[in-house]
Amino acid sequence: MQYVILIYGDEKGFATMADDPAAQQALYAAYSKYGGDLRAAGVLRGGAELRPTGTATTVRVRQGKPVTTDGPFAETKEQLGGFYLIDVPDLDQAVHWASRCPGALTGSIEVRPTGASVAAA
Amino acid sequence: MLTPLIDAICRSEGPRVLAGLIRRCGDFELAEDALQDAFTRALEVWPRQGLPAAPAAWLTTVARRRAVDLLRRRRSGLLYTDEPPDVAAPQADDADEPDAAAHSGVDDDRLRLVFTCCHPALAPAAQTALALRTLCGLTTREISRAFLEPEATTAQRLVRAKRKIRDARIPYAVPAREHLPERLDAVLGVVYLVFNEGYAPTDDARPLRPDLCAEAIRLARLLVELMPEEPEARGLLALMQLHDARRATRVDGEGALVPLEEQDRSRWNAEQIASGLAALDAALALKRRGPYQVQAAIAALHARAPRADATDWPQIAALYRGLLAEHPSPVIELNAAAALAMAEGPRQGLAWIERLEARDELAGYHLLPAARADLLRRLGRRAEAGLAYEAALALVRNRAERLYLQRRRAECRS
Repeated sequence: MQYVILIYGDEKGFATMADDPAAQQALYAAYSKYGGDLRAAGVLRGGAELRPTGTATTVRVRQGKPVTTDGPFAETKEQLGGFYLIDVPDLDQAVHWASRCPGALTGSIEVRPTGASVAAA
Repeated sequence: MLTPLIDAICRSEGPRVLAGLIRRCGDFELAEDALQDAFTRALEVWPRQGLPAAPAAWLTTVARRRAVDLLRRRRSGLLYTDEPPDVAAPQADDADEPDAAAHSGVDDDRLRLVFTCCHPALAPAAQTALALRTLCGLTTREISRAFLEPEATTAQRLVRAKRKIRDARIPYAVPAREHLPERLDAVLGVVYLVFNEGYAPTDDARPLRPDLCAEAIRLARLLVELMPEEPEARGLLALMQLHDARRATRVDGEGALVPLEEQDRSRWNAEQIASGLAALDAALALKRRGPYQVQAAIAALHARAPRADATDWPQIAALYRGLLAEHPSPVIELNAAAALAMAEGPRQGLAWIERLEARDELAGYHLLPAARADLLRRLGRRAEAGLAYEAALALVRNRAERLYLQRRRAECRS
């Protein structure tokens, strides 16, 4: 069964790391290892880092008109920074992988089962 | 009329049958619906055909067939998903397949159910409601009374919990060895909940359920087997056995509660007491104290006293103080005050209780005015005691305690 692992964290904290190349490198190395572990376990189905919410655009269509605004859908204390799509037998396994995500140390990882999925091809 | 008997059988066999159904169906709601239908069948068929020799087996067979039916209907009703729901069709055979949980060393459906009910992915209130329903067989209305909330709220709570289990695929399993310690507190809490449901149901509408006490003790034994290095599991086992040993003397012929000091100790179950004391010793040998062990030690002091007046109250008071230091709570404080009163005299206890009352944390808790009344009575302040018993009577919700408080109030007036 498929679950999305949604990585929420405080972007500002992440941004301050631009001044600390060693910390940045360590974080990327941790994510690199994490992705490798997911792949090796055969559970990875996809995923990506998301650029910060400053690069986000929100689109709504109301009364037939598209309304486009700058920024994420809502201002939140923690922001969505990335996701993984995994395939595991049950919630305990999904939670196990979520707890190993580097983002779990400072942020919050939401684990949600997928419903109907759409094939890319 | 046969109906009350059938009801009682369904209530007592229900949890075991349900646990097996859930394992086969992988879906709480489906299992419950199927079981509910089996109960309805039983009420129709048993009066005509007579009670089956093995009601649990009868219910299981009928419920399994019904589950297959319901599943077929559900599947044909689905419009939107690509893949079929991942609910395994209930097996037709009777053999119990060993499954992943068996590698933890204990293969028991109801133990699996306990762990599932208190899974951290469920909200705490949902855990409690689900446990009361699936392990104790309480109806939604009965659970709503325990929560002091509208029935519709409880019903919603249960539906959401069961759906979360199904949709997020919370596994129906005893967790692997390495994850057991982190689940311990919640699991012990659920087992103790089941015990208290059988020992002292919160309100009148529920009968005493000694079968639940027995079930809780059985589950605790399994937990000890599963986690032999966990002293709190043994502590809980000891606590429940020591309480259960007194069950025969707890209530008198009229159904009124009999206080500890008036209980006929010759009718306490010596075998259970011995078991409980042994479990406590085994727990203490692991040298990691915890609240269940302390409460068991207090129960042990009562069990060991040959007569009420031979009770080691100073030691009990000391144990309560220790418990309070580690786990402060107004209810424990009330117990500590009552024990202090027995050890050092009603005046000290009364002062403490009055301070507790001033803090207003136990408003609505009938045992607070009841405790105050008891101490006032011991001090000979009968008019005040009578008023305090009144206050307790306004709050009490079960018949056994009500009858006891009424008796005391009458004594104060005579």
